[in-house]
Amino acid sequence: MVSELINANPIVYEKKERRARSAPSDYSDEYAAEPIDQQEVFDHVRDIKDPEHPYSLEELKVITEDAIEVDDVQSYVRVTFTPTVEHCSMATIIGLCLRVKLLRSLPSRYKVDIRVAPGSHASEASVNKQLNDKERVAAALENPNLVDMVDECLAPSYG
Amino acid sequence: MELYEGGCELKLLETLAGHSDRVWSLAWNPATVAAGTPLVFASCSGDKTVRIWENTPSHSASWTCKAVLEDTHTRTVRSCAWSPSGKLLATASFDATTAIWENVGGDYECVSTLEGHENEVKSVSWNASGTLLATCGRDKSVWIWEVQPGNEFECVSVLQGHTQDVKMVQWHPSTDVLFSCSYDNTIKVWAGDDDDWQCVQTLGEPNSGHSSTVWALSFNAGGDKMVTCSDDLTLKIWETDNIQMHSGDGYAPWRHLCTLTGYHDRSIFSVHWSSEDIIASGAADDAIRFFVENRDGLVDGPTYKLLLKKEKAHDMDINSIQWSPGEKRLLASASDDGTIKIWELASL
Repeated sequence: MVSELINANPIVYEKKERRARSAPSDYSDEYAAEPIDQQEVFDHVRDIKDPEHPYSLEELKVITEDAIEVDDVQSYVRVTFTPTVEHCSMATIIGLCLRVKLLRSLPSRYKVDIRVAPGSHASEASVNKQLNDKERVAAALENPNLVDMVDECLAPSYG
Repeated sequence: MELYEGGCELKLLETLAGHSDRVWSLAWNPATVAAGTPLVFASCSGDKTVRIWENTPSHSASWTCKAVLEDTHTRTVRSCAWSPSGKLLATASFDATTAIWENVGGDYECVSTLEGHENEVKSVSWNASGTLLATCGRDKSVWIWEVQPGNEFECVSVLQGHTQDVKMVQWHPSTDVLFSCSYDNTIKVWAGDDDDWQCVQTLGEPNSGHSSTVWALSFNAGGDKMVTCSDDLTLKIWETDNIQMHSGDGYAPWRHLCTLTGYHDRSIFSVHWSSEDIIASGAADDAIRFFVENRDGLVDGPTYKLLLKKEKAHDMDINSIQWSPGEKRLLASASDDGTIKIWELASL
């Protein structure tokens, strides 16, 4: 167990204001599924708690709305996150949290890619490869300790 | 009957539900065809079970689940393989064990449990004569086990060499040469006998190898060609000199023949070379693709072309695709959507 936090003094940013979704004015389309957009995906992940600090990924600017690419027609999402420090060993945990939250929140037709922002991490290629290896992710999620950690980070994001 | 581009279709015969989690892999029992008995295959899942499916004799498009092998593996069952005689089924699990099952009058009993891997076992394969078993896993090692009387298995070699997670092992169809593919982007070839096994070749980027994780490999019937599939979105065809392979040396080097690029948009998890030389691939874009050798055109050496692409074959990633043994162009696919689909590749 590491006694010191990886990043003891993170910079905390103000949260972006939450825009209310406007109701569709066309009532005949009441049952039509609304296309999933950048804001919706951001809403799913913004409140995920950082594994080390009592702040959300949004507050630490680990994830921003602009760093989410969505193509609803292609059922594709790519999330780019920026760890707070270059050697952050929590990067894979954060990536796993993002993946699990989106797995639980998006329709199963969605293909999700998660990556660290280019240049933001010392082991960028290695972290990205792990996060996008479905088999490795599946095995990790069978580890109860890891699942507990992930669930703890995800708890505030279900509001 | 010759298949040509635009002249065939992939017909869905049946969708099999039953597993309560993603289906990772499936394997056809090789013995049922020769015996004239109905086709059987096994599937394994994230739900920790293995299911045995049988074709009902009266209705060729109907499949039933004959057995559920449960309460043995404590985690995902990742891969399964029948012995050449069809009497034993080996199942590899994330719980770090490989279980051996025997069909005793319709009931499947776990007759042996192979332990030793440090963590998730990802693949298991029997050699052509059924005398050797190979396993591999995230601990980067490849294990060779000797099959002994009374369903005993003795580990004869633990092979180190891969620098990362080993995704699949596969014995050559006619010689005791073992192939493994890995998260380290390479394919390794292992040869030897008794307890003395070595890596005799590594197919990596310097040999025109893959640039990302290699998920699977498959041999043609003759064993002189092999296809590999990867996270780098390509299929690669490799060949060897068969005469040299079957001579006293028992091993001949493999060389890159061609790369199929631009056909897949997401990771290719499975590839299988049929007895009629049709290569089937299953990928993370939910599609099944078929490739055949390209006999037209004036190119040096064989190239391959896309015969057919079936989009949305499943609702989610396809993890495994396997041609059935026997005459008909039947194949089965397994998916993250929890189902298995049985298909027939038919001429229009």
